[in-house]
Amino acid sequence: MPVSFIPTPQELLRFSPEILLSVVATALMLAEAVMKPGSRTKLAATAFAALAAAIALSAAAAADSGPAFSNLLVVDGFSTFFRILVCAAGMLVVLISSNYLKREGHESGEYYALVLFSIAGQCLMASANELIMLFIGLECSSIATYVLAGYLRDDRRNNEAALKYFLLGSFAAAFFLYGISWLWGAAGTTYLTEIRRLLLDPSAGINATVVSAAAALLLVGLAFKVSAAPFQMWAPDVYQGAPAPVAAFLSVGPKAAAFAMFLRILMTVFAPVGAKWEPVLWTVALATMIIGNFAALWQTNVKRLLAYSSIAHAGYVTVALTAMSDAGAAAAMFYLAAYALMNIGAFAVVTHVAGQGERHVELADLAGLSRRSPAMAAILSVFLLSLTGVPLTAGFFGKFYIFKAALDADLVWLAVLGLLNSAVAAYYYLRIIVVMYMHEPSQGLPELPAAAPGIRWALAASAAGTFVLGVAPSLVLDYAVASAPLLR
Amino acid sequence: MNLLDILLLIPAAGALITLALPGDNPGLVRKFALFVSLVVFLFSLGLIGPVRANPAAYSFETNVPWIESPAIRYHVGVDGLSLWLVILSTFLTPICVLVSWRHIEDRVKEFHAFLLFLLFGVIGVFVALDLFLFFVFWEVSLVPMYFLIGIWGHDRRIYAAVKFFLYTMAGSALMLAAMIWIFNRAGTFDLPLLVDMLKTGQLRFTAQEAQWLFLAFFLAFAIKVPLFPLHTWLPDAHGEAPTAGSVMLASVLLKLGTYGLVRVSLPLFPDAARNNAGWIIALAIAGIIYGALVAMVQPNMKRLVAYSSVSHLGFVVLGIFTFTQAGLDGAVYQMLNHGISTGALFILVGLLYERRHSLEIADYGGVGSVAPWLSTMFVITSLASVGLPMLNNFVGEFLVLLGAAQTKLLYAVLAGTGVIFSAVYMLWLVQRAFYGPAPEAVRHHVTDMNGREWALVMPLIVMMVWMGVGPQTFLPPVSQQSRQTLEMVLEKPAPQKSAQEVAHAR
Repeated sequence: MPVSFIPTPQELLRFSPEILLSVVATALMLAEAVMKPGSRTKLAATAFAALAAAIALSAAAAADSGPAFSNLLVVDGFSTFFRILVCAAGMLVVLISSNYLKREGHESGEYYALVLFSIAGQCLMASANELIMLFIGLECSSIATYVLAGYLRDDRRNNEAALKYFLLGSFAAAFFLYGISWLWGAAGTTYLTEIRRLLLDPSAGINATVVSAAAALLLVGLAFKVSAAPFQMWAPDVYQGAPAPVAAFLSVGPKAAAFAMFLRILMTVFAPVGAKWEPVLWTVALATMIIGNFAALWQTNVKRLLAYSSIAHAGYVTVALTAMSDAGAAAAMFYLAAYALMNIGAFAVVTHVAGQGERHVELADLAGLSRRSPAMAAILSVFLLSLTGVPLTAGFFGKFYIFKAALDADLVWLAVLGLLNSAVAAYYYLRIIVVMYMHEPSQGLPELPAAAPGIRWALAASAAGTFVLGVAPSLVLDYAVASAPLLR
Repeated sequence: MNLLDILLLIPAAGALITLALPGDNPGLVRKFALFVSLVVFLFSLGLIGPVRANPAAYSFETNVPWIESPAIRYHVGVDGLSLWLVILSTFLTPICVLVSWRHIEDRVKEFHAFLLFLLFGVIGVFVALDLFLFFVFWEVSLVPMYFLIGIWGHDRRIYAAVKFFLYTMAGSALMLAAMIWIFNRAGTFDLPLLVDMLKTGQLRFTAQEAQWLFLAFFLAFAIKVPLFPLHTWLPDAHGEAPTAGSVMLASVLLKLGTYGLVRVSLPLFPDAARNNAGWIIALAIAGIIYGALVAMVQPNMKRLVAYSSVSHLGFVVLGIFTFTQAGLDGAVYQMLNHGISTGALFILVGLLYERRHSLEIADYGGVGSVAPWLSTMFVITSLASVGLPMLNNFVGEFLVLLGAAQTKLLYAVLAGTGVIFSAVYMLWLVQRAFYGPAPEAVRHHVTDMNGREWALVMPLIVMMVWMGVGPQTFLPPVSQQSRQTLEMVLEKPAPQKSAQEVAHAR
């Protein structure tokens, strides 16, 4: 292929969301130095606008889809879906963060810069078509989130979370990189489609054992990033320790992007050896659901409970992956969108109720919330019911499509066990509702201040989205169904 | 948009508007909820004429796509089976609003919003003709009931509410899996269409497949009914719910299970239903006797009535699985009867509770001397519940027993003991609570019924007598529809079918 180091305008457009986010992120860090202390809310507004613009650019790039930079990147329906998803999730996170940072006295440009860098990395993860690019995206996203997890430097919980996340995360990244090197050793290329072609071609003489070893190594890295069992241990500690808006971000953005990567690797490179993956994914999916749901039953800290719930949800998405079909990929995409809305919503309420210094994150602190703040209690109930999978909310259709895909693929037992798991999950989500509605407020809790506009907007947007997807899932699903086959 | 769509829309809209009303004016909220529920009731009466004219087909049908892929349709309609169940729900809702008039003083707005939303959910289940839609309403009706028990219930309300929710969730998880399986086989969720496809042989389940699917649905329905031994959530939920919650739960929500058996299980899995009838009847009869025996020893009135429901619903399940015209007619009629008479019992117990603030039978005695009218109403309702001729339950129980006897005399004999036991526990309750010397507390606190209470009890009493004396008003549409269901169940298997099944199994 003709190698030219000067990108064409078309290629630049296809890469424009990442470019824009990186440029704005850098500018935010520089701007902070010359800014008057009083005008820091502008930082959040800029980050918000940048993300909105990135969504617009992703949509514009999708109108003219195709590869860029000698096939290193590919803009297709799939990558556009995830680019928009992570940017939209980022917008919601920025909305909940601005007031939080002001409350904690840590408002600064680098927070938003890190969020933007991380999202740029996630966009890259969604659109990369080559293993090294995937790794660069992954690291770009991860390193920024390691810092974010410990953002409040003087908070010990933050420090612990960041250190754990960093040590375990870099370990997993090393596995992933090692897997790439094995795969390269076996196939002699790092392009996903190329490896797929070689694997399908019996005359290429690829060593199956080496490919299996590479697959195992890649799986370790990916399972870590999506917090799937048995590599889920970091999630509860990190979500509990990290600032609440960051935990919201971690549970959605990096996870969605990691699943995008997982799907792309699975559906392109390893589709030819899919039969070998199935039992492994089957076990991982079931174990993840069981560990997440059963561990969540005993939690008393709301952030930790949501962390285990997010592990369980990773399990549901893995069920969709196990199906290894277009329907499964579309179901996973829909689920991740629905999950982003309801989980950020739930974390937004937690962010608000926690109060300064996040002192009120125990389940008992939510007691009688329906009397202290009826609107907050009602809206959190909506998100919790959606996480449970009650009809007329997004979560229900998410589960429905996933288990339908599983049954389509003849994974009857996995579907049945998964559905029973979601009945178990109802217990701990209900526990929060019980505490909010059926317990009296405990003594000594301070008055809840009115929610800041950012939180209110984020809640309104995610609640509206939860309902809209619960009544008209086709809005997102049709797009997902149309773009899932493009993966190959 | 036809009458049925409007019937679904009004309660849903009413619930939302109720939430938007000012919170500091409970009187307005109550009046508004009463108004909405009365409007729904009056509208629902409009269903009667067209359905009676043609009860075997669906009237007021609406069939529009909801979701394109997978094909899920908003398909609703009423026939002779669902007609009276819809009207039962709309009839009881204004009564529930009235009975809560003084009883509910905390968070009045939310209470009535949940009540109206519950009405939306249950009407939806009764009229849904798309399996998926059926499931959606099935789950949706769960949420308001959960809050009604959990927020406004008695002391152990939280335990009861969570138990209720989890039992139903666990049951419906498998039902959803079964529905998806059917969809993957047939490509549609549409119930009438599925029945047609089964009839014409376009769709065939292997025996093993049908057995599993039948069991998945049956579990969900049996938990809701509740069939012995899955009934353990019921005494807790009933015992702890506020009066209106107990009424809706007993009179309407339990019927969702038995309705599902007749609407979904029998037409879709006729062979499996026949093959499993033996043990199901055994469980139903065990439930009839067990429920009655346990009711006898309950010290708490609400729990006594709750266990009596286990016994009564056993009759319904027994009637359904006799696969006789009389049995099925009686089962459907008994669903309505139980709704009226058990609803009335819960209301009367609720009135006693409002006065004496106790549900323990031991705290009462001699109520008849201080509140003669209240006692009279209670006695009439008890007699109806026992199955006295001229009152409603007699007709249903008689038909069920007739159907059971046609199948096997032993069934009727065993189930008949349940009728006798029911006389024992109900009359013993009446004797202990309403006769004998009145303790100090009863004399001081128990007053006779006031105008509002008359207004809510009288319609129920009138219905008990009407349904007992004039079953011909209600039964014909039911029987025509059940004849059709029976034809599907008892249809002789086509000769080529077994050969095809063998081929399929290979």
